[in-house]
Amino acid sequence: MSELSENAKQVIAEHLPRYPSKQAVTLPALHVVQQERRYVSNKAMEEIAELLELSPAQISDTASFYGFFRTEDNPLGQKRIWVCRSLPCMLRGGEELLAALCEKYHIVPGQTTADGKLTIELAECLGACDGAPCILLEDELHLRCSLEDVERIANEPNAPTKKA
Amino acid sequence: MSPTEFKPVLLGRVGKPDSQSLATYRADGGYEALAKSLKMANTEVIDLVKNSGLRGRGGAGFPTGLKWTFLPKDVQGPIYLCINGDESEPGTFNNRVLIEEDPHQVLEGIVISSFATRATTAYFYLRYEYGRCYRALQKAVDEMYANNLLGKNILGSGYDLDIYLHRGACAYICGEETGLIESLEGKRAWPRIKPPFPAIEGAFRRPTVVNNVETMACIPHIINHGAEWFQSMGVPKDPNNPRDAGSYGPKLYCISGHVNKPGLVELPMGISARDLIDQHAGGVWKGRKAKAVIPGGLSMGFMTNAELDTPLDFNGPGRVGCLGLGTAAVVVIDDHTSMVDVLYNACRFFAHESCGQCTPCREGTAWSTKILERIREGKGKLSDIDLLMEIANSIGTIPGTTICGLADGAAWPIKTAINKFRGEFEEYIKSGRRSESLALAGAH
Repeated sequence: MSELSENAKQVIAEHLPRYPSKQAVTLPALHVVQQERRYVSNKAMEEIAELLELSPAQISDTASFYGFFRTEDNPLGQKRIWVCRSLPCMLRGGEELLAALCEKYHIVPGQTTADGKLTIELAECLGACDGAPCILLEDELHLRCSLEDVERIANEPNAPTKKA
Repeated sequence: MSPTEFKPVLLGRVGKPDSQSLATYRADGGYEALAKSLKMANTEVIDLVKNSGLRGRGGAGFPTGLKWTFLPKDVQGPIYLCINGDESEPGTFNNRVLIEEDPHQVLEGIVISSFATRATTAYFYLRYEYGRCYRALQKAVDEMYANNLLGKNILGSGYDLDIYLHRGACAYICGEETGLIESLEGKRAWPRIKPPFPAIEGAFRRPTVVNNVETMACIPHIINHGAEWFQSMGVPKDPNNPRDAGSYGPKLYCISGHVNKPGLVELPMGISARDLIDQHAGGVWKGRKAKAVIPGGLSMGFMTNAELDTPLDFNGPGRVGCLGLGTAAVVVIDDHTSMVDVLYNACRFFAHESCGQCTPCREGTAWSTKILERIREGKGKLSDIDLLMEIANSIGTIPGTTICGLADGAAWPIKTAINKFRGEFEEYIKSGRRSESLALAGAH
């Protein structure tokens, strides 16, 4: 049974003509797999490698460089919220927001709640310093967030799911 | 042109209804610059950009037209243009606003620049966090293909171009131009040893130009209004410095931190940090004073309150010991904030974002963070201050110990904080107190 979905295979196939090398499709492939599964398994990396004519080690090398991609034993929760702790956010309460959120959900940055619903991450500058402290839900920025704002965002049903 | 007469150029359409659409962009004169450029010889476009004095807006300030001329002549095979939309320098968000609010302005600049450099494919490398930008850009690119502004035979000129969006995966180092290229190629984003520079051997080992988003947004305006118009704004060349290329044109200044009105302001280059804070950001919050100000993103280091009249042009920040203008992202730190906490935050950022390729950077950023952790726990030694300076003086391309400039960016906050606020560090260490804000550690 194939680890990659038909959609993932199609996304990879659509990206191939865009680049002069197949390896350049590594990041788009990793993104689509993680969006669908909330992690990138070793088997998925092997299958991506086969499609891109690379060794699985090359895919793993790239995937592990970016703290962004999760392995099978450490999957993302249903929602991923990044809280910015870089200087402009830190000056306006970003660290306190992150600490309060972690206390609220009894996890440390990088972990997922026991019910699998929420992963909290610490982020370096998210590029929304005009709205510090800011957070990122999947790939949508939310500016000027209080703890209540983040809780509301975390509890909202049907969070926008990312499309490739 | 004085700042009071200045009308925003790059932000001119921001806030207008439906500013993202092709229809409104065209109604405001959009893509006329492209039509004009396509009737010129590509070398004429390069000369115009060169004569305008436009310097790259991404941080290094390299003259854009000159960068384009480094491409080899009579090259067989493809040339690539890469757009650096990995904006990750703490304090910086100008590209985000430009793309979210007016994607066609940026894209028109990309098509003109691709035509000028004879590129037939442009890769827009966008940081993953900018999901809204990604969707705005993809929509705009689709509109362009549907209207003969991209693809084959653009506007009947015989020129072909494809633009592809490429999303990053949350790594600061991808903003370094050769790190970006490696990441685009599907590898870890380890910056390359230069030479060869990207113009000779860049993406996919082909001649490549890497340009910043704001730089691209300037291009259509230069085509429409000319080099002289561009040079009517900003700070002229220093006649006593033959190597000065001047600081021309409009510039987006990001203002964040302890001000009443954080935000994005467009002004002719050269406003002072003090005027920017007082006249355009509502002053320092809570009636306090600025203790320190970052002139252009975290890696540029700190200015003191006494240095705030420094003009924010390409030369000003360097005259007061900062690394440069950087991204013109101004971060204001009030007088109730500890510089020990600020410097700890800076060092932790660079330790987190060092790609690990060069030992001086990987180890230097990690150890400077550990030393500051120790100081913040009340266990610092006075000798730690000199130890931090020794690290700062040993890492980076300026002492010549690393491949890229990330470590210079890590060194400058240390050097400027200690040179300008040494007394505060000494007092803090002697008091033996612990920081009120001890940071959380992550699970990985």
